[in-house]
Formats: sequence, structure tokens, C-alpha cells
Amino acid sequence: MSLQHTLFIAVFSVSVLSFLFSCYQRLQLVTLGAADNRFDNSGARLAGMFNYAFAQQRVLARPYGLNHFFLFWAFMALLIANGEFLVEGLIPGLNLALLPAPLHHVLQLLFDGVSVVALGCVLVALARRLLFPPEYLETEYAKPAGGEALLILGMIAALMIAFFLLNAATIAQGQPTTWQPVSSAIAVLLQGLPAATQASIGTFAWWLHALVLLAFMNFLPRSKHMHILTAIPNCYFKSMEKPNTQPREIFEKGARYGVSSVTQYTWKDLLDSMTCTECGRCQDLCPTHNTGKPLNPRRVVHDIKMNLLANAPALKEGKEGTTALIGEAHEGTISEETIWSCTTCGACTSVCPVLIEQMPKIIKLRRHLVEEKSQFPEELLNLFENLEQRSNPWGIAPSERTKWSSQLGDRSYIPGETEYLFFVGCAGAFDNRAKHVTVALATILDAAGISWGLLGKEELCCGDSARRLGNEFVFDKIATENVALFQERTITKVVTQCPHCFNTLKNDYRQYGLEIEVVHHSQLIAQLLASGKLKLNKQADEGKVIFHDSCYLGRHNDTYDAPRSVITKTTGSAPLEFDRNHENGFCCGAGGGRMWMEEDTGTRINLDRVGEALKQKPDTLCVSCPYCMTMMEDGLKDLGAADSVKVKDIAEVTAEALRP
Amino acid sequence: MLVISCIKQVPDTTQVKIDPVTNTLIRDGIPFIINPYDSHALEESLRLKDRYNVRTVALSMGPPNTVATLRKACALGVDEAILVSDRCFGGADTLATSNALSAAIALLAKDEEVGIVFCGKQTIDGDTAQTGPGIASRLGYSQLTLVDRIESIDFEKKTVKARRKLEGRHEIVEAPLPAMITVVRELNRPRYPTVPMRLASQEAEIKTWDNSILKMDVQSVGLKGSPTWVSKIFSPERDKGEIIGNGIEDPTGTAALLIDKLLSKDLLTV
Repeated sequence: MSLQHTLFIAVFSVSVLSFLFSCYQRLQLVTLGAADNRFDNSGARLAGMFNYAFAQQRVLARPYGLNHFFLFWAFMALLIANGEFLVEGLIPGLNLALLPAPLHHVLQLLFDGVSVVALGCVLVALARRLLFPPEYLETEYAKPAGGEALLILGMIAALMIAFFLLNAATIAQGQPTTWQPVSSAIAVLLQGLPAATQASIGTFAWWLHALVLLAFMNFLPRSKHMHILTAIPNCYFKSMEKPNTQPREIFEKGARYGVSSVTQYTWKDLLDSMTCTECGRCQDLCPTHNTGKPLNPRRVVHDIKMNLLANAPALKEGKEGTTALIGEAHEGTISEETIWSCTTCGACTSVCPVLIEQMPKIIKLRRHLVEEKSQFPEELLNLFENLEQRSNPWGIAPSERTKWSSQLGDRSYIPGETEYLFFVGCAGAFDNRAKHVTVALATILDAAGISWGLLGKEELCCGDSARRLGNEFVFDKIATENVALFQERTITKVVTQCPHCFNTLKNDYRQYGLEIEVVHHSQLIAQLLASGKLKLNKQADEGKVIFHDSCYLGRHNDTYDAPRSVITKTTGSAPLEFDRNHENGFCCGAGGGRMWMEEDTGTRINLDRVGEALKQKPDTLCVSCPYCMTMMEDGLKDLGAADSVKVKDIAEVTAEALRP
Repeated sequence: MLVISCIKQVPDTTQVKIDPVTNTLIRDGIPFIINPYDSHALEESLRLKDRYNVRTVALSMGPPNTVATLRKACALGVDEAILVSDRCFGGADTLATSNALSAAIALLAKDEEVGIVFCGKQTIDGDTAQTGPGIASRLGYSQLTLVDRIESIDFEKKTVKARRKLEGRHEIVEAPLPAMITVVRELNRPRYPTVPMRLASQEAEIKTWDNSILKMDVQSVGLKGSPTWVSKIFSPERDKGEIIGNGIEDPTGTAALLIDKLLSKDLLTV
């Protein structure tokens, strides 16, 4: 056994043991998390893993993602080459040359080629980080040209250079014809050197490759490059539910509610924290971060990881850590203002390339604050009491719920006769502006000859705000009552005009055993127009129309086309688009219970959004949600544009086109 | 030392309508709530418990379903909840009510010294603001009404200093304990119950004290002990509003006018 061989076995063994130990240390921390069944649906999970991890669907959603895609697949191919390298280092002579020659040649060509690709990707990545870094790459704890990123890029480049140098030296020393065009070209440069120098270069390159490879491997578990190991399983274990649909809680003596200590998070939450690649895309889209609030979704994920690491020694012994999860903001601790800033718009979860569920982690913290501590912004006290006592956010007498329909005669839902329950929602029933939308929708349904009915005074709040604000106890009461009422009336089809009611009835109530058809009015109107059941009398003249996506209709329920097709059909032309639209849409600022809270930090989210609309000089800002309606109207007033731009719901635009 | 809060279960008056024919309250299906002013009285007792070594008792007189309101008090953290309830206490006006509640407080005082009795300034159903003062005079306690701030309290020296919110002015008064204090909304912000406390309150023991315990002369309680009776209830005609200033020409000046108007009617506090 040569000295080199012996030395390598020693270095290799130490490195692998140290790597495995680091992985064990980190993954052991993940197992401290609470239970969560992510082992069902293996077929769908495998398909998801293929799409997101291997086909890199989300990574490729942005142009630069292509660079990562190439680097990823170069790495996948080079896994074989590096495997061969390590095995041959341990057992000299055991290499791919033992394969049938044609196969070996193809592999040689592949490795040579992808190594060039990898080197190219590193250069592009370096240029991006050093010369034109996007703003979102930077945060308090990660800089575009930060040491860690540069070290990793440097290591990858060194690996590729060592790979070529090693091959070139071998070729120069007289290896028979190879299928390694790049390495062969370099070999030409070494040809004139003495054989001993060539051999030394070979040995140097071999050791460089070996040491960098082993160092790289050991660096992974201790850095954001842990994602190389965890991203693929993280995609496999993705949430099969819409992530805004939180699990129910069980209310019994001794139970805990929400998360106040890091190990109350599920193992998947903790795996998420180890998987964050710090790409910053969630930060780029987050409406709160963009308007100067302390919340940055990736910072939340980072803090969870840092908290876990800081408290690791105590947690492993089953004790509480000393670094608080909620408190004065610093690394590993999340502030209450951060927690209350979230609009639950879902931009973070819908953009994350590795399917981290940022927003649900915030809701879990809210649940703890509300249910175990009764600690929340004071504006919410009235909201919670109003929801519980009068089943609407404003605390208006429930008898007022039917005021809007007083001219319509009796439109009660009759079990067995009525087709659709028109679930009006609190805004639609109590808010003076939203009532116009309610009437417009009733007109449309009548014009299309749809059989519809109301619950009238018996209608309750859907509970959306309570749930997003972490008041699961009150949500549970509301949901239980609503589901019982729906079942008693044998309701099977529901139309709503509010995306929050829509989402809650459709997604959240499934947890309470209610499986019914729930449609948002945009979907129903689009369908009625397409089928010809709803005939328009004219084109609505709304001037230049721009459409604002509601988060709970769009991102949370993938409904983007229905409202747009309604606008196109009723006005005769497709709506203008915001710069940020569809999946990249920007919240109005009212979701997640923010509707009921003050917004004192930074700029107001609705002003940011209205400003974006005004750039296109629209005449009508079209919405599909009563919250968006309020926020956009307020924003226009604040920016002095309320006279030139009107806000209309798609139902109002449709009703306009029905006028004789 | 005991700190007692007197709380009343009232119909949610925003939901109560008056039957135009019979001129009586339509109470069917109207939910009951804790009298909003009393929730501030309860909160203040809990704040004292948080700061001092005192025991809190929530006291309510009413029909047996008042237990629901006392459970809410338990969920918020009172140490003991007592319902004063007996058929012979029914139909009480403010005199008879303060008689019964005073008897209950006197009974509590036999075992443990009473420091403060908190009441809401008035209830939203009766609106008399008499029961609290009635208790104070019957028990001979210091009487501090309309309190919007407790300036200081000393359970050792047995004194309390409080600020009263009067029309257009404040008054700071000092009085010896035991004291009966009626409170206004500005005093504090009531807390919200945690889920574990809510669940625990479902099992909390709520004592019911009937007349076999209070041993009152039946002529002094309930309908028989009530010299007041309601002869008629009706919805008053509402005055039409007025338009002040000119919001289009001078929005700032008009807003100032409106603020002055609201201040003068005591609908706004500075």
C-alpha cells in the first residue's frame, strides 16, 4: 500500500465520519420536532419531488434559475464521477474504465462536458453576486458577496479545475485515446513538461480534488448548503393541503396551543429551517418586507434554525432552551411585531423553490400568543369579542344582516329546492360599499335564472380572521356551528362574493367534515357567461380596467383566469395587469386579520399597491374581494386619486353590462 | 385582603328591540353579556391581584343562568365566583339589589377583610348608577364613583387615591379602605381569556348563595323590597342631527368644530 493510498484512506475515513456526525447532529435536532404525518400519498409526493426538486419548477420561475438548473444537473452527473474518484482512491483500479468501452466513453464525455457547464455556472453566479446582485439577495444575516457564498463557489470552481488538471496530467502522461475533449486540450499545454513535473501536477491535482471534495462535503451540513442534502426530501414531504389551512387544535385540559418553544414546531418545520437556501425570493415578494415592516419570511425561517441551534444542548436533554423564540428581536428570537405583521398572503410559500412553509409558522406563533398568553394588538380585543358575541367583525347587531335584502322579498334557502346558498359574508351584509356588490351579484344570479337562497339572520361569520389571527378557539366554535347549520339545511352548493369566506368554507371546513361545492362569484359568473346562461345587454363602459388579484382567490386557490375572463367578456377587452400579477401579485394589506389592525410601521401596503396601479393610469381598479375593495378605495383617497379612478368589483362590472 | 367585583349579566342591548305594540323589551333569542362597565370593574380587581397579595371574588345577583357570566369571570382569573340567587330576590330594583349584595359582601367580610368593592358605573339595561353607591352606604364603605384612574393604593395603610372623571374635569380623591369604587371605561382595557383558563372555568365551582345563606328579611329584597316599579317603556323620538361647518370649503376647521362638539357632549375625551 502506497503512502498516498494510506494517507487517503485516513483522510477519507475522518472526513466521512465527521460529515456523518454533522448530519446526525443536525438531523437529530429535526427529530426533536412535533409529529406530523407527511408519509401518506407517496405517489403524489414522488411526483411533487420530481417537479420541484429534479425538474426545478419553482427555481426556473425566474430567469436566473436556469443557472441553478444547469449547476444542479451538472452536480447530479458529477456525483457519479466523484463517486468513482473516491472509490478508486480507496481501491485503486476499481473505476469506470471497467465498464464496456462505449459506455465509459460516453460517461467521460459527459463528465468533461458538465464540468465545463459547472465552471460556467460558477462564473455566472460569481458575476451576479459581485457585479449585479439583485436587491433581495441581501439581508441582515446574508450578503450577496458574503464569505459563505464565495467559499462555496470557490470550492466548486476548484473542484472543476482540479478535475481538468488531473485528467490533463493523466492524458499528457500517455493515457490512450480518451473522450475528454476539454481535458485533452489542456493536456496539450502540459505536453512539453518533463514527465516528473507532469506526474507532480497529477498528484497535486488529485490531492486538491480529494481535499476540496471532502472539505465541501463537510461544509454542507454547517451552512445554507445543507439544502443540497435536504431540499429533495423537503420537496417530497411538502404540504398536500393548501398551506394556509392549518391543522385543527384539540381543546382539552393540559393541551398546548401554538408554538412558543422551537420544538413545538413539527419536524417538517424544523427541516424547512435547515433547507432554506437564502435565495431571498420570499423576501422579494413579501408585502410587509417591501413596505418597511420588521417581517421578512426568510428571517423567520432563519431565526427558527438559529433558535434550534442555540438551544440544541438543552433541548437534546429534554430541557427548555435559554434563547426565547418570541421576544425582543435578535438572532434566534422573533418579535411580536414581526408575528402580527403577516397578511397571510401566501407569496412566500408560493414562491419558495424548495417548498418551505413560512407563513404557517407565523400562524403557529400567533396561536400561542392569543390562546396561551392573550397577548395581541389591542385593536383585536373588540374583533375577537364581536366575532364571538355577534358573529361579525364589527359587532353590529346580527338582525341587521338582512337589511340589504329587505327589498327582495323572501329569498330564504329552502332545503331540497334551492340550488345555491348565497353565503353573503359579513362584509357583503354589513359594509355599505360591499352591499352594492351583494346586490349586483343577486341581480346577476337572477338574470341567469340561477336558483339561490339566503340563510338570512342565521348566517354567521365564516371565522377567517379568527383563524388567521391564531384565535383557533373562536374559529373552532364558529366553524362547528356553521358546519352543523350547513348539514342541517343539506346545503351542497355555495356561492360567495368574498374570497375569504370562499377559502374558509372550501378548504378549512373540510377539516370539520364539510365536503361541498363552494364557488367564488368570479368562477360562477365566468361559467354562466361561457355557457351562455348569462346574456349581456351591452358592454360595460369602465374605461381602462386594471385587475388586482385577491390573495385568497389567486394564490391560495389558484383562480386567476375566471375574474379576468369576466372582465374581458363584460368590458370587451382584457384588463391591464399590475407589474406584480398572478402568483406574484401583491396583497392589498388586509388579509390575515390585518384588516382589523392599525398599520403604523413603514409605508402602508395599500398605498404601495395603489401606486403600482396608478402607473398605468387606469379608469377602473377592478377587484374580487371586499377587503381589497376597502383597501384600494382608501389607498386611492390617500393618494388623491379617488376622483379619477373608481374601484369596482367584477360583479358590479357585470351588472353594469346587464343594464338595458 | 379581599377585592370584590360586582358584575351583572345584561341582555346585549344593541340587539334588544322594543315591541312597538306592548312597549316591552323583546328579549327572545337575545344573548346575554357581562355589563360592559362591570368588565372594567372585574379587570381592575384582577390587576390588583396581579400586583398585590389579594384574593378576588366576582359577585353577581341574578337568575341561575347568570352562572355563564360568572364562568367568564373565572376564565379571566378571579379566585372565587358567587351567585346570589333566590326566587325571593327576583324583580329587585336598585335598593333591593344593593341590600342583597351588601348582605353577601358582609358575609364575605366575616371571614376575610374586604379592601375594595368594584362596580361598573352603571348597567346598560337599567342605567341607574345607583347599585354601587347603594352598597357603599349600606356597608358604610368609602364611596368613590366614576373612577378612571387608581392613583395609588396602600393595603397596609388602608388608603386609596383615585381620579374621578367628571364632566369637563377630573377630581382626585383619597379615601380610607374599605372602599366601594364605581369605574368608567377609561380605567383599563379588559383582558381576554386564555384557552386553558376558559377550559378550567368550565369546571370551576360557582357557589350559589340563596336566602337560606343570606338570611335576609324577605320584605327588604326582591319585588317586595323594591319601592320603584317600571310603568312604561318606550322608544324615544330621535332628534334630527344638525349640519355644522362646511366640510368641502374648510375640512380642517370643520373637523375642529366637530371635535369641540363631541367634547362638549362628553362623547370624546382628550
